[in-house]
Amino acid sequence: MTLWWIGNAVLLVVLVVVILLLSGVLKAATSIVPSIRAISDAASRGSKDLDATALLLTTQDQVRQTVAVVANYGGSLDVILDDAEER
Amino acid sequence: MPAAGVVTIAIIVLIVLALVYYLVATIFQLQRITAGLDDVIKSVGEIVEKSGPVNAVVDDINANLDAGVELLEGLLVKKAGMGDALGLVDGLYPGAAQAGFRAFPESREITPPRIAEVYTRGTLTLARLGREAPIATANPAGPVLRNIEYGSLNARLLYPEARQSRPERLERSPVIGTDAPVQYEPPEDPSRPRKRFRRS
Repeated sequence: MTLWWIGNAVLLVVLVVVILLLSGVLKAATSIVPSIRAISDAASRGSKDLDATALLLTTQDQVRQTVAVVANYGGSLDVILDDAEER
Repeated sequence: MPAAGVVTIAIIVLIVLALVYYLVATIFQLQRITAGLDDVIKSVGEIVEKSGPVNAVVDDINANLDAGVELLEGLLVKKAGMGDALGLVDGLYPGAAQAGFRAFPESREITPPRIAEVYTRGTLTLARLGREAPIATANPAGPVLRNIEYGSLNARLLYPEARQSRPERLERSPVIGTDAPVQYEPPEDPSRPRKRFRRS
């Protein structure tokens, strides 16, 4: 009978340990959820921000045209103006 | 049943209940985490997809801009000379001469002339246009000519005096045509100036 009561005491300790461990696991899992939501929101906003990247193609085209115009303008200036050594 | 048996059963039931409660709660939290991670993965996938071609496009833009910069720097150095080109750039963008020109590493070793301090911005504009610029009438090593309040007058004073303070004495531009007060005879010798006579 004494051994039985000792076993009950051990089981009681096991109950407390189980509750403590599982409580820690639940607390950790609960704390992850807000972080996941924040990450999800940030990723969603980042994805929306990147919608403008398609405009880079327009920028690329405009830069090409601008540099081409500048090159033509520079070529004309090269013809019109004297070089530094010639003056 | 002895009391110890009842206590044992009660403790075991409590352990099972604790296991069920905490594990079910944990499962629910993990399901929410999984759903959140699915959203994250979806958004991250969109980010990866949208940002994929950015590098190539930006590299192409940078390459074009680099070519434009090299072209303009080369043209400026060719037309103005290395020293004056540095001085002009440093005048418009103070401190830029320290970085020098990209295509001319030796430009970092050159001390730029104080063109912006000696000449007004209008004069620099004329200098950039090339001919007829009075930029050579003053020495960058000399005293500063720039006057903030009368900057434009200083620039005009760099030109010959007749153009500035006595414009009324200048000869008027000739009027041409059959009704012009001064008629010019056809030149007998193209190398000599035409004779002119006043029409009566």
